[in-house]
Amino acid sequence: MFQIRIHGRGGQGVVTAAEMLSIAAFEEDRHSQAIPSFGSERMGAPVVAYVRIDDAPIELTEPVSRPDLLIVQDPTLFHAVDVFSGLADDGFLLINSARKLPELHIDDALARLPEHHVYTVAATDLAMRHLGRPTPNTALLGAFTAFSEVLHLESVIKAINARFSGDIAQRNVIVARAAHDAARAD
Amino acid sequence: MLQQIEGSAAVAQAVAACRPEVIAAYPITPQTHIVEGLGDMVKRGLVGNCQFLNVESEFGAMSVCIGSSATGARTYTATSSQGMLFMMEAVYNASGLGLPIVMTVGNRAIGPPINIWNDWSDSMAARDAAWIQLFVEDNQQAADVHVQAFRLAEAASLPVMVCMDGFILTHAYTRVDVPEQADVDRFLPTFEPQQSLDPEAPITMGAMVGPEAFSEVRFLAHYKQLEALDLIPRHAAEFETIFERDSGGLLKSFDAEDKDTVVVTMGSVVGTMKSVLADMREDGESIGLLSIRSYRPFPKQQVCAVLAAAKRVIVFEKSLAVGMGGILAADVRMALANLPLAVHSVIGGLGGRPITRDNLRRMLDKGVHDELEDPHFHDLDVAVVHRELERLRDNQRPGPSAESILRDIAGADAVARSSE
Repeated sequence: MFQIRIHGRGGQGVVTAAEMLSIAAFEEDRHSQAIPSFGSERMGAPVVAYVRIDDAPIELTEPVSRPDLLIVQDPTLFHAVDVFSGLADDGFLLINSARKLPELHIDDALARLPEHHVYTVAATDLAMRHLGRPTPNTALLGAFTAFSEVLHLESVIKAINARFSGDIAQRNVIVARAAHDAARAD
Repeated sequence: MLQQIEGSAAVAQAVAACRPEVIAAYPITPQTHIVEGLGDMVKRGLVGNCQFLNVESEFGAMSVCIGSSATGARTYTATSSQGMLFMMEAVYNASGLGLPIVMTVGNRAIGPPINIWNDWSDSMAARDAAWIQLFVEDNQQAADVHVQAFRLAEAASLPVMVCMDGFILTHAYTRVDVPEQADVDRFLPTFEPQQSLDPEAPITMGAMVGPEAFSEVRFLAHYKQLEALDLIPRHAAEFETIFERDSGGLLKSFDAEDKDTVVVTMGSVVGTMKSVLADMREDGESIGLLSIRSYRPFPKQQVCAVLAAAKRVIVFEKSLAVGMGGILAADVRMALANLPLAVHSVIGGLGGRPITRDNLRRMLDKGVHDELEDPHFHDLDVAVVHRELERLRDNQRPGPSAESILRDIAGADAVARSSE
């Protein structure tokens, strides 16, 4: 079972990202579950959502406490909530940031992760350029498929088209593809 | 059709396939997505001859449902939490009049303190309202049991609540084989009301009944609900032949037979519990699980049959009768009154507190050695409680505990972060 925890802030499409990941997994004929963890639903408040992907039916309904992948939609959360809680020593980390990793001041947490397990992508910049809104979720999903075999970019694109329609869907597909090409290991 | 879909959307599609004629609902978290989905489908003409009524309150919603059901229209609504309380007088009217309304309860805590998350306080508040109450473990069951609920309601001429855990199920995206229209049509006959208001053949519904007959009317309500104990498994079997899935029924044993310890619970925690108990069996523990799917009527005999060989029972529930303890535990104890076994009552998951494999395992490791106090409050932060009790003792006007505990926890978090 592959477990993902997505951290972001209200308004960044954290819950939608989890839903799209579960749809992408479904498109690959895998079992999947997306569970939001709603706080008080305010713009800007920390939000968490969970995804599980497996080849067998998933019965667990507990929150994901030991993620294989952390997706961090807003790097300011590193200093607001315990983002790294339970991350496996061989886990992956995907951060929305245009900055270099040392500028994020999370060296201690990064030290225990293997090489090529930490990725960044300037997801908000891509979203602003193509969508005109700071919603980094589809960019991060595209970037995820660049370094992981768990899901393929084409499945994420199918999920985007299932969730959005028309021009919005097309623009998000462009964002996901661009992020897929731009994701870099640090 | 197999879909990766939000639980609420799956329920909306399943309800639509039941060809409801009237839906009246008022939005309240976490059931809102269900009636939003249905409203959208009705507006787009996808639900046949259905009217969706926007009402001013939950009391209005249930009142409209009573009126429409009384004229013989297949009727649906949904609610949660405070919404259930607000409609409560009408909830009793619906069952007292024998009206086969189906209502989803997106199970949510009742405040204060205000809390939008899951526990069973709302449907438990309506426990004695003479509705049938069916609990579901996952979103496949949530979709399927709504189809069975209309069949049951109309066969018994009684209203049915389908209780699904708020957020954990209503907002989860999972794989659901949403019941197909043709299959639903095979399973669910056209609604033939046992009574209906008709100007051509006037009747009185809701006559005043004095002491001379009230006991008999109430006895019949009890008697009629117990008859559903036969209907529910029959419908589940018929459902399985058409849909090729096991959904619904009175209860479900997961390796509970011939085990020393049996956990009894309901709803979405069943999935996580199964995983914990499988680990414990691997470690040599003799332990199984019984899921109650029909909470009202309560299948006393069937529960006894499954638990007769057990040495102890641990009832895990997301509900609390303040001043007494577990509510489901009390039902289980009554069912097992003539059996020589210990029943431990565990109350957890209140107001959405996460129920995890780790915290369940810690509790059950004590439970199998009969080391749980009664009732046991699962995952309770005893230190926080002690500090608050001390504060209440030391202050003449201590103010509200809810705010005080929040400040206490926020302070403890800040201390933990600064010491990292």
